[in-house]
Amino acid sequence: MTTILEIDTVTKRFGGLTAVDNVSLSIEPGGIVGLIGPNGAGKTTLFSLISGFERPSLGRIIFRGDDISDLAPDRRAALGIARTFQIVQPFARLSVAENITVGAHLRHRSRAEAIAKAREISARLGLCAMIDKPASSLTVAGRKRLELARALATEPVLLLLDEVLAGLNPSEMRDILPVIRTIREGGVTVIMVEHVMQAVMNLCERVIVLNQGRLIADGSPREVTRDRRVVEAYLGQGAAARLEAEHA
Amino acid sequence: MSAPRAFAPILMILALGAALPFVTSSNIILNGMVTTLIVALAGYGWNLLGGYGGQFSFGHAAFFGTGAYACALLQQRCGVNAWVAFASAITIGGGVGFIIGYLSFRSGLRGSYFALVTLAFAEVFRIVVNASSFFNGAAGVLLELDARPGNFQFASRAAYYEVALGLVGVALLSTRALERSRLGAYLVAVRENENAAKALGVDTLKTKLQAISLSAAFTAAAGAFYVQYFLFINPELGFGASISIEALLAPIIGGLGTAFGPLVGAVALHELGELTQWLLGSLPGADMALFGVFLVLIIAFARGGILGLLSRLGRGVHGMAGEVMP
Repeated sequence: MTTILEIDTVTKRFGGLTAVDNVSLSIEPGGIVGLIGPNGAGKTTLFSLISGFERPSLGRIIFRGDDISDLAPDRRAALGIARTFQIVQPFARLSVAENITVGAHLRHRSRAEAIAKAREISARLGLCAMIDKPASSLTVAGRKRLELARALATEPVLLLLDEVLAGLNPSEMRDILPVIRTIREGGVTVIMVEHVMQAVMNLCERVIVLNQGRLIADGSPREVTRDRRVVEAYLGQGAAARLEAEHA
Repeated sequence: MSAPRAFAPILMILALGAALPFVTSSNIILNGMVTTLIVALAGYGWNLLGGYGGQFSFGHAAFFGTGAYACALLQQRCGVNAWVAFASAITIGGGVGFIIGYLSFRSGLRGSYFALVTLAFAEVFRIVVNASSFFNGAAGVLLELDARPGNFQFASRAAYYEVALGLVGVALLSTRALERSRLGAYLVAVRENENAAKALGVDTLKTKLQAISLSAAFTAAAGAFYVQYFLFINPELGFGASISIEALLAPIIGGLGTAFGPLVGAVALHELGELTQWLLGSLPGADMALFGVFLVLIIAFARGGILGLLSRLGRGVHGMAGEVMP
């Protein structure tokens, strides 16, 4: 078994809208895979399909050899799939420590162990200073970190990051990139939806591009950014030809 | 919070409470305290589900009445010993909670829809019991007076008071233990954000079902104790709206989702009732009108209830009010 995740001809329709259209791809363990595409390309829907918040209309999702298409989100989390939300979803009235402890409880029934795990994670993510503050008092950057910390506390094997860099200023971004790298070095496979191309080029070994629900490119960051269809997806039809003409 | 810091204030308050009958032997005071403790116990049940789990029930009378009727009928019809009947009533109440919970949570009912469904269940129970000869209809069930401790009946008010205090003590300690458990963490997570909880591996249906079963069991205990104390229950007393309201008023006024909230709220409600009677005489409905005003004030100005207000004012009573929601 060489793949950790296999998406097998998956389609997701919402009424008349096809958000994900016949997508197949497989992800090898280890590494960071970027998932990019213009707004409305179906990236977040694909994440929801993998994490179980949506069920595919057609096709199967296979995680470490097992078909998980019909499993509820909490069962998938127990198998080792964790996600963050594009719009952060903190337990607003709970403290940072309590937020992370909820995640840690997945693998640690005992409260003392879960709290210890939560402290360890918050140290890794630089959240120690605000551990007793309510989540609602955090800045955007703080909330993104908390979202990441909570997901990590479930000790996942596959981590889905939905725009964890969005809304961060350059210095905050510089702080969080190494964190994502250490997550990969810890053996966790990461798939990240990201609009910040510089970060994608920096972190990812492989980039998958979606447009209007379809997979249009899959390769190294260099390959993908040179792909005609990718350029046209972002800049409009004929853009690739115009660019080539200008450079010629 | 360390274990001694978490549990010591509870044990201290229970010890103080246990001393009350040695200070006063007034039957009026003791009677008032017993009814207050019954409301507190029902409130502890409600608080588990509503305060910690964020699932507001408007029909906890369904569990209160189930406990009362189960306890009474098991003795009267089947000749079961009163203590056994009491324990069985708690179990049956928990079972009814599980069934109502399964039916409503399974279909994804939340917020006001859940509140309305629980209200409907309580009303259906009241109407069915009222109409059925098996439950003795509107006449209710009268237990035979036989004041022996082995029969869960006591000659003195003080003994009833101590037993009621013991039950509230169990509820208080269980609530504090819940706060320090995985179930408690999951329950609060469900209250705050159900989707986020699911993403972290929380089985939200199972969590809510565990909560409503426990919640119903405590409120059923209040009902069963009620029938042992008054030796009488009828459909209005058991399943009527007033017990549903008292069960939710006590924790909301005391401090929603706190260990001491229901007790503080029940005492405050009782004192408020006494005060109204003293001020306005026995004007019918005056106490309820004043409760209403009080509730509006609490919701408008003190979301955390009395304990929330205290912790904001002083930050002093930490053991009691430390975990009040902002």
